[in-house]
Amino acid sequence: MKAVKHITGTAIPMNINDIDTDIIIPAQYLTSTSQSGYGEHAFARLKTNPDFVLNQDKYQQAPILLTGSNFGCGSSREHAIWAIQELGIKAIIAPSFADIFANNAKKNGLLLIQQPDEVMSQLILQTTISEVNIAIDIQSQTIQAKNTTSKFELDEFFKHCLINGLDELDYLMSNIEKIKDFKNQQKNRTLFI
Amino acid sequence: MNKNIIDKIWDAHIVKQNPEHPAILAIDFCLVHEVTSAQAFDTLRHKSLPVLDTTKLLATVDHSIPTRKNRHEIFDQMAKAQVQKLRDNTAEFEVPFYDMDSSHQGIVHVVGPELGITQPGMTIVCGDSHTATHGAFGALAFGIGTSTVGHVFASGCLLMNKPKVMKVEFNGKFQAGVSAKDAIMKLIAQIGIGGANGHVIEYTGSALTDMSMEARMTLCNMSIECGAVAGLIAPDNITYDYLKTKQYAPKENWNKAVDYWNSLKSDTGCYYDHEILIDVSQLKPMVSWGTNPQQAIEIDQVIPKSSDDMTKNALDYVQLSAGDKLMNTDLDWAFVGSCTNGRIEDLRITASILKDRKIASNMTFYIVPGSEQVMKQAADEGLINIINQSGAEFRMPGCSMCLGMNDDKVPAGKRCISSTNRNFVGRQGTGSITHLASPATVAASAIAGKIVSANQYFCANGDIK
Ligand code: SF4
Repeated sequence: MKAVKHITGTAIPMNINDIDTDIIIPAQYLTSTSQSGYGEHAFARLKTNPDFVLNQDKYQQAPILLTGSNFGCGSSREHAIWAIQELGIKAIIAPSFADIFANNAKKNGLLLIQQPDEVMSQLILQTTISEVNIAIDIQSQTIQAKNTTSKFELDEFFKHCLINGLDELDYLMSNIEKIKDFKNQQKNRTLFI
Repeated sequence: MNKNIIDKIWDAHIVKQNPEHPAILAIDFCLVHEVTSAQAFDTLRHKSLPVLDTTKLLATVDHSIPTRKNRHEIFDQMAKAQVQKLRDNTAEFEVPFYDMDSSHQGIVHVVGPELGITQPGMTIVCGDSHTATHGAFGALAFGIGTSTVGHVFASGCLLMNKPKVMKVEFNGKFQAGVSAKDAIMKLIAQIGIGGANGHVIEYTGSALTDMSMEARMTLCNMSIECGAVAGLIAPDNITYDYLKTKQYAPKENWNKAVDYWNSLKSDTGCYYDHEILIDVSQLKPMVSWGTNPQQAIEIDQVIPKSSDDMTKNALDYVQLSAGDKLMNTDLDWAFVGSCTNGRIEDLRITASILKDRKIASNMTFYIVPGSEQVMKQAADEGLINIINQSGAEFRMPGCSMCLGMNDDKVPAGKRCISSTNRNFVGRQGTGSITHLASPATVAASAIAGKIVSANQYFCANGDIK
């Protein structure tokens, strides 16, 4: 994973509540055995509407998604995260996220930022009127857009991983010698297989 | 400090615990199947990492394979590709693989225990939510997502925050024809599908004292259906007797192992975040009426009235009404199988009810062994003949009709009574209706062609007439 300290760029206003994992990536695209190829099907049903934000040129590869509450509800499919990341999205700002989606996001280095409704409505308003750049600073846990500045919460460990460009697996592998020692000691003491 | 069994297993597997960080938890065994492994192997390729220890992995095929006699030929092209991908991946990474021609193929959660891989005190994971089955042996076993499967392949560990612990005590003696399946369905109906969110459940109580390992697996299997991370039962002599002769069980270290396993009991006065008591002595067979496992009642009760949307939608889907009795509801299909109830004991009960009887003429009844081993034993004991003579169909091992992902599906609009664990909308096939129940209830209902209790087939002492 690449180290990420700041995420800056165009924000996509997708002001819809309860976007579920079926909307993000419909079930018919899940039988694939690969981890890529989901981006082109992301939000497939919404994309059939020509006015849908993600059909607009200025939002192609935009890194920040602004959206409604309870984003990512539904099934546990990690494909939803992979699909969103393939669109170039690196952070999602919303009033709330579904639990499993939030967990899956962490495992894939996708930053989820929770903001209160007042801040959300300001951001949505600004970005709907004109194209707006949002700057996210991970170290200080702040977002800055035009005249809106706001703090956000971040899990300590996830912050450490993002800033240092570690994903969970990298972190585990950085402890591999300790792990091997541990496993050697387990043999025939607490583990008999 | 007085510890519960989960504390003990957890503490014995902490490789590293920094404050404010999740623990690095050592994982002792990872079971693998075709549906949730491909992307995890890709991660290894991506990062040029090997599997840390291939002796701690075991793969088999279960979810997407057909269960007809000539099952080698897979007609669904996606399923075929998925199975082939697992063959290729296990060959490339040198992971032991029980394919369809092996005598150990089967549902991952049936194969692990029967090989003796599942042992007390272990941490076991699989990319499958019913991994808690292995908790029957006093192992901490839980399902993980595909990314985490990749982490375990490469590092033999995963990152996790310590779950809370709930004690569920089942006391009393089961009435004839009532079993572990009814007990776990009762718990889920009582605490709801989210009732144990974030918790590991320890099952205890007098009802478990002489319960077989098969029945304990049924109990632990459905822990996820009330939201639990895992469910487990402290090991005892029944556990050791089951394990002793199994292939992977310790041999020269046996006594040492048992000494350690005996220490895996919750200390008196230990802490639990929640405690629940259930008396099973008056419990009747449970049957689900709705579209999640919480929507279940005792067989002679009526569907409760409720004005919430969840109930309304469920009743619309299953074409029943509040106030209806489930007893005598007409059926089209029946199924005994799955990681919940596809083991030898389940087939024995099913066969002894079917013996010298015929299933109703309108019914289709699939009976699917959980593994090749279960199938072999069923053949040796003459169960397959009894089953086939009743008009039911004995099939090849796999997940089969548990999840409508292979050729075995309940047709749209048809009503099925099933020994499985989930009655979600369309779970057994698009538009299908599922009633969860024990194998005994399923077999009795298949004979009647409608939902009935197996009561009449049992003597008062629990033996089958
Ligand atoms: S039998 Fe059903 S619940 Fe068990 S592993 Fe297979 S699909 Fe999952």
